[in-house]
Amino acid sequence: MSTPLLVIEDVAVDLPTPRGNLRAVDHVDLSLEGGRTLGIVGESGCGKTMLSRAVLQLLPMKAKLTGRVMFEGQDLVRLPSESLRRLRGRDLAVVFQDPMTSLNPVLTIGTQLIETIQEHLELDAPEARKRSIELLAAVGIPAPEQRLAQYPHQCSGGMRQRIAIAIALSCEPKLLIADEPTTALDVTIQAQILDLLAREQRRRHMAMIIITHDLGVVAGRADEVAVMYAGRVVERAPTRGLFKRMHMPYTEALLAAIPKLETAPHTPLPAISGRPPDPTRPLRGCAFAPRCRYATSRCHEAKPGLTSAEMPDHLYACFHPIRMSEGIGA
Amino acid sequence: MLNFVVRRLLAILPVLLAVSLLTFLIASLLPGDLALVILGDQATPENVAALRRDMGLDQPLWWRYLSWLGHVLQGDLGRSFRTGQTVLQAVAERIPVSLQLMLMAEFIGLLIGVPVAIVCAARAGGAFDRFMTGSAFAMLSMPSFLVAILLIYLFAVELHWLPATGYVPFTEEPLNNLRFFVLPALTLALAEWPGIMRVLRSDMIATLQEDYIALAKAKGLKPSRILFVHALKPSSLTLVTVTGINIGRLLGGTLIVESIFALPGIGRLLVGAIYTRDLVILQGVVLLVACGFVIVNFIVDMLYAVLDPRIRHGHA
Repeated sequence: MSTPLLVIEDVAVDLPTPRGNLRAVDHVDLSLEGGRTLGIVGESGCGKTMLSRAVLQLLPMKAKLTGRVMFEGQDLVRLPSESLRRLRGRDLAVVFQDPMTSLNPVLTIGTQLIETIQEHLELDAPEARKRSIELLAAVGIPAPEQRLAQYPHQCSGGMRQRIAIAIALSCEPKLLIADEPTTALDVTIQAQILDLLAREQRRRHMAMIIITHDLGVVAGRADEVAVMYAGRVVERAPTRGLFKRMHMPYTEALLAAIPKLETAPHTPLPAISGRPPDPTRPLRGCAFAPRCRYATSRCHEAKPGLTSAEMPDHLYACFHPIRMSEGIGA
Repeated sequence: MLNFVVRRLLAILPVLLAVSLLTFLIASLLPGDLALVILGDQATPENVAALRRDMGLDQPLWWRYLSWLGHVLQGDLGRSFRTGQTVLQAVAERIPVSLQLMLMAEFIGLLIGVPVAIVCAARAGGAFDRFMTGSAFAMLSMPSFLVAILLIYLFAVELHWLPATGYVPFTEEPLNNLRFFVLPALTLALAEWPGIMRVLRSDMIATLQEDYIALAKAKGLKPSRILFVHALKPSSLTLVTVTGINIGRLLGGTLIVESIFALPGIGRLLVGAIYTRDLVILQGVVLLVACGFVIVNFIVDMLYAVLDPRIRHGHA
């Protein structure tokens, strides 16, 4: 087994709020090998975006981060800002959720693309321009040369996300973090963007983290999926294994909440009842227990740790795992 | 873009018309009879009545306005009954002084305000930010006559570095001209920079929260490029407005500063006209200054379009 490209070790993020300390990410461990895809899934506020910002070292100024983020053997948390700057954009790239706000409205697309290339690669202006045109063509933008002189508001949402992806790919990153890359887009565009990301990932052999609230997005695309709830990873498994036999009741509920084509019209969706816990008041037991139909008194008393049972690479944090073979678990 | 320019130009016309009407009314409705002012208190009623007829003062107000406007549109703003100078001559003589003062004051104000705002915004809430925000507040509450006197005391009386008052044209003695302008320009600039700094700082803090700034950081750009290229331009719309208003205001001369430093600018011309009840000069100068203000604001609108492509393309 090769050394992983990215190792997230015991990362916790605390945000001071007027109502007290908010633990956005609660001691998360994850790792990702080069060229592979990790899906991080969870509902809004589960800490998935904060975790990605922690990896990128783009947390809000007040946020407190503990733990280690090892990228190619370097701890990004303790890296001097100048070394971090040289890493970001070159080896470590990101695509944000909303392409309407992630591109600078007053700079041309060409400027925003070329500045990234010239910051990290030793290319002169005509070469950087040529590379920009190639990148725009690669992400499926028609007439890329004309686009360079245009401003973001002259492009559609899907077009802008393609441009954001071109910027992210511009220096051949080793790791691309896509934070809800399709949430702000029309449904018809979503699959196109996801396919584009998958295609470019294979072509460039980069590792990718897809952050989403939609298990359907990671289903065919991620090698491994981590499900987050209330700042913690509650289930983590190779994608195939997870969908075949999920152990954590929360994952099951998340999957049940996706509308399916086979369902008869007007069937109410099995929404997850209740709300995620108040992150400023941590619970003693399992954070999902108040909403879980399998919960027992034990779940309210103690926090289940991440363990594995049948498969060593399928981890879950639950006292009453579902869909286990006979004799194991509850 | 051309469409945008034409639309803004058309919007200016009614404003200029309203300005001319207001200017005329202010001068006409001031108490006191102009003919009486000219002839003095020894004049006979017959003489006064004759002069009133000559000047058209016996005509109804709307008629006087239209005839004045007609003359103005032909470039004739009238002639001072005291000096015989036309309004245009008087203004042309004084405007270089006010213009130079305005340019130097705005330049110094921006030179202090913009970098301070950027550094403050980059470390909002830090020690430097709190110190400069406090200083800006203190400077804002200092009246210009006090600042002027303190500056004169320090640089002219104690240090003998700069002259306290006076003026020579730039064309005659460029260096001495600049020396005369340093203190008055600094006095104005010290009142200008807090406003510049405060609007730019708060806009900049808001901009730095934007997603595209986070992306610029994620792209590994240098902090200076993020601040000056990615954040400054989208943050400077209010700054341009404030600077435009400042320039428009200083264009009309600064009564107090020009008086203290004995600079023969538009401000002194206006003060003189008010003291001597030279209504023709007063009316003409106010009209010209107001037009200058409107034109500066038109330029500001054009600058918006330069700064923000969305305005240029009619999206915002």
